[in-house]
Amino acid sequence: MKALSQKRRHPLAAIALLLMGLLLTGGIYAVASNANEAKAQTAFSANDIEEGEKLFVANCATCHGMGAAGTEDGPSLIGVGAAAVDFQVGTGRMPLQMQGPQALQKPVQFTEEQTQQMSAYVASLGAGPAIPGEEELDLEGADPAAGGELFRVNCAMCHNAAAAGGALTRGKFAPTLEGVTDKHIYEAMVTGPQNMPVFNDANITPEDKQDIIAFLNIIEEQGSPGGADLGSLGPVSEGLFIWVAGLGVIIAFTVWLTSRSS
Amino acid sequence: MSSSATGQPYQPKTSVGKITNFVDTRVGGSAIVKEFGRKIFPDHWTFMFGEVALYSFVILLLSGTFLTFFFDPSMAETHYDGSYVPLRGIEMSMAYASSLDISFDIRGGLFMRQVHHWSALLFVAAVSVHMLRVFFTGAFRRPRELNWVIGGVLLILAMAAGFTGYSLPDDLLSGNGLRIIDGVVKSIPVVGTYISFFLFGGEFPGTVIIPRLYVLHILLIPAMILLLIAIHLFLVVVHKHTQFPGPGRTNDNVVGFPVGPVYAAKAGGFFFIVFGIIAAISAAFTINPIWNYGPYDPSPVSAGTQPDWYIGWVDGALRLMPGVLAGFPFEWNIPFPWGTNTLSLNVLFPALVPAGIVFTLLFAWPWIEAWVTKDRREKHLLDRPRNAPTRTGVGVAGVVFYCVMWAAASSDLIATHFMVSLNDVTYWLRALVIFGPIIGFVVARRIALALQRKDREIVLHGRETGRIVRLPHGEFIEVHEPVDEYKRYKLVNFDSPEALTAQPDVNGHVPKGEKRRAWASKFFFEDRVAPVTPAELEEAHSHGHHGEVASEHDKAAISSH
Repeated sequence: MKALSQKRRHPLAAIALLLMGLLLTGGIYAVASNANEAKAQTAFSANDIEEGEKLFVANCATCHGMGAAGTEDGPSLIGVGAAAVDFQVGTGRMPLQMQGPQALQKPVQFTEEQTQQMSAYVASLGAGPAIPGEEELDLEGADPAAGGELFRVNCAMCHNAAAAGGALTRGKFAPTLEGVTDKHIYEAMVTGPQNMPVFNDANITPEDKQDIIAFLNIIEEQGSPGGADLGSLGPVSEGLFIWVAGLGVIIAFTVWLTSRSS
Repeated sequence: MSSSATGQPYQPKTSVGKITNFVDTRVGGSAIVKEFGRKIFPDHWTFMFGEVALYSFVILLLSGTFLTFFFDPSMAETHYDGSYVPLRGIEMSMAYASSLDISFDIRGGLFMRQVHHWSALLFVAAVSVHMLRVFFTGAFRRPRELNWVIGGVLLILAMAAGFTGYSLPDDLLSGNGLRIIDGVVKSIPVVGTYISFFLFGGEFPGTVIIPRLYVLHILLIPAMILLLIAIHLFLVVVHKHTQFPGPGRTNDNVVGFPVGPVYAAKAGGFFFIVFGIIAAISAAFTINPIWNYGPYDPSPVSAGTQPDWYIGWVDGALRLMPGVLAGFPFEWNIPFPWGTNTLSLNVLFPALVPAGIVFTLLFAWPWIEAWVTKDRREKHLLDRPRNAPTRTGVGVAGVVFYCVMWAAASSDLIATHFMVSLNDVTYWLRALVIFGPIIGFVVARRIALALQRKDREIVLHGRETGRIVRLPHGEFIEVHEPVDEYKRYKLVNFDSPEALTAQPDVNGHVPKGEKRRAWASKFFFEDRVAPVTPAELEEAHSHGHHGEVASEHDKAAISSH
């Protein structure tokens, strides 16, 4: 102990202490964040990986680079996980139609098997969120009311309280969630595609994610209890409607009434 | 009919007659009916917007009364246990829970809620269109200036009624709106924070704002609206209705039909038409789906949060206001002896300046025009908008100003629906909110002047028929058909003030105010298009040889073809 106390005024002591602190917090974070990662559950065969690599080289490597290491035109895909590939390719966002503020949805380009193979290849490059399985997507016992509250707190500021979508800066946007499958919603939450933040399992637990999905399903199924929803866009579409349709019909009646007085 | 011509008291013969006579001799009903029932109203479709506003207000009173039976304006916390599954068990205020109950658990409740909200939107829209009609036709001129001001106050009250109303359900959307109002109140220098604390009974949102807004919404504001509507209608009867120029119509008469029986029947029928339209809309289209928004909680804000359309322009102004412009910050911290006060001009300006400009001009306009024209005579004949080009231009500028700000309130929807950048939408609308009204003014004024010239042309030379006729001596002419007398009356019978030069006073000195008035008069009337005078008309018709009317000999030739 005496040796240590003598060394404590050494010029390098502060640096050594800083290093020790960094190592400690980094180490703890690595352990903790490993616990947050969704475990890869789907078993991919070696054949899947091989076929996936071929598809990747032919269709994705132009932008994402050989070995998915990334280029100026596209980010590295090492460690993004199978879920990211399944979401981006499975919803038709990838391959990218054109460079722009945000990847737009278009008709899906690959079969489910091909998507699976590319997911296998990308998952083999580094650990990342896996494609959610039956267990994650089991909505039995999910609480849509709790999911609604989570949705309003975490999602509504971009996706709108009725999940109708909303604008972000410079041409980016949060899309409507109507018609999106349970699996893709789950994958979006764990991978954070485009401009969406990642909601990992420490942030929103798998049970909470199921609640949110159950909420979205229930509001989609119930439709609009009060009649046509005018796009769920809120007071702007309501105001336009009363000016154009409401006043339009009324003016037609006023013209009719005053045209036959005499 | 309470007394006959011979002085003998009137003796009714039937039992119905006896009852009506009993009432009449005590309240004098027949005198009222006689006076009011013979009131003449001219017929024009644009004269009915005020009626639409009145009827939507009656519908508001009826549906609102229904809602008060079930609404609980309390911010006490509760857990929802009604039939709407996605909110069951969620903690919320009694106000929101009872609004959900009205929507889902009370028979006809959702329909009545939608009737109430749709008619509120229609009410303010009808008030606005009514005011635009009055403005563009010059119906605000003497003797109706005060009634115009009352109308303006009614518009503000209608907006206040709307705002206090849509804040009541205590859902996320209305809470976000209240938060914006709280921000605006707090931006008032020095006293803002105090006013906010008085209004909300402490820090936002507190537990008193909903009951307070409720009292304003169902008691104070409707009572004031009712009172002002009564005065407004009384003045309409006192002033008599205005009319568009036409044959036999002067500033001293009203050409139209009496209230009883035709107008009374028509107006009564029109009420049911308006009610029917609102009911049909409410049955088929949802409005303010509060269940989508969830209970108010100060932390979340939903994308696409906007106020109702009549408050939307203020929201749009807030969205357009830059926080920092070319390095100039709009927010200052001013050190005072008692501490630092923040002056948030980036909130204060957009919240107060556009509304200040619009309402100041609106209230002052009758006097501005009287000052410019020096014309203080009574005006019962309306202007067609084209015959007052500068006024029409100013009105269009106001409409453009308003619409740009309303569009700005939906800048996010414009961005997503037209796939453009939100930032670009904001930049363009910032430019438009300044240049749009100027362009609108110039274009509308030019169009009005052009239409006036067209009118002149038609009066002097008749309508082009498109018939080309070759005269016996080889000349080709187009046959013009002279406009008929009734139509001509409409085209020539209007006021056209001339630009007045500055007049010196008794000492031969031209005062400053007079110079300013002369400048304004020049701006208003410099390039006026004068109405056709009888002399001009006479001349155009007598020497009818530039094409439009051929000589007698030629006429015979034309008609034989």
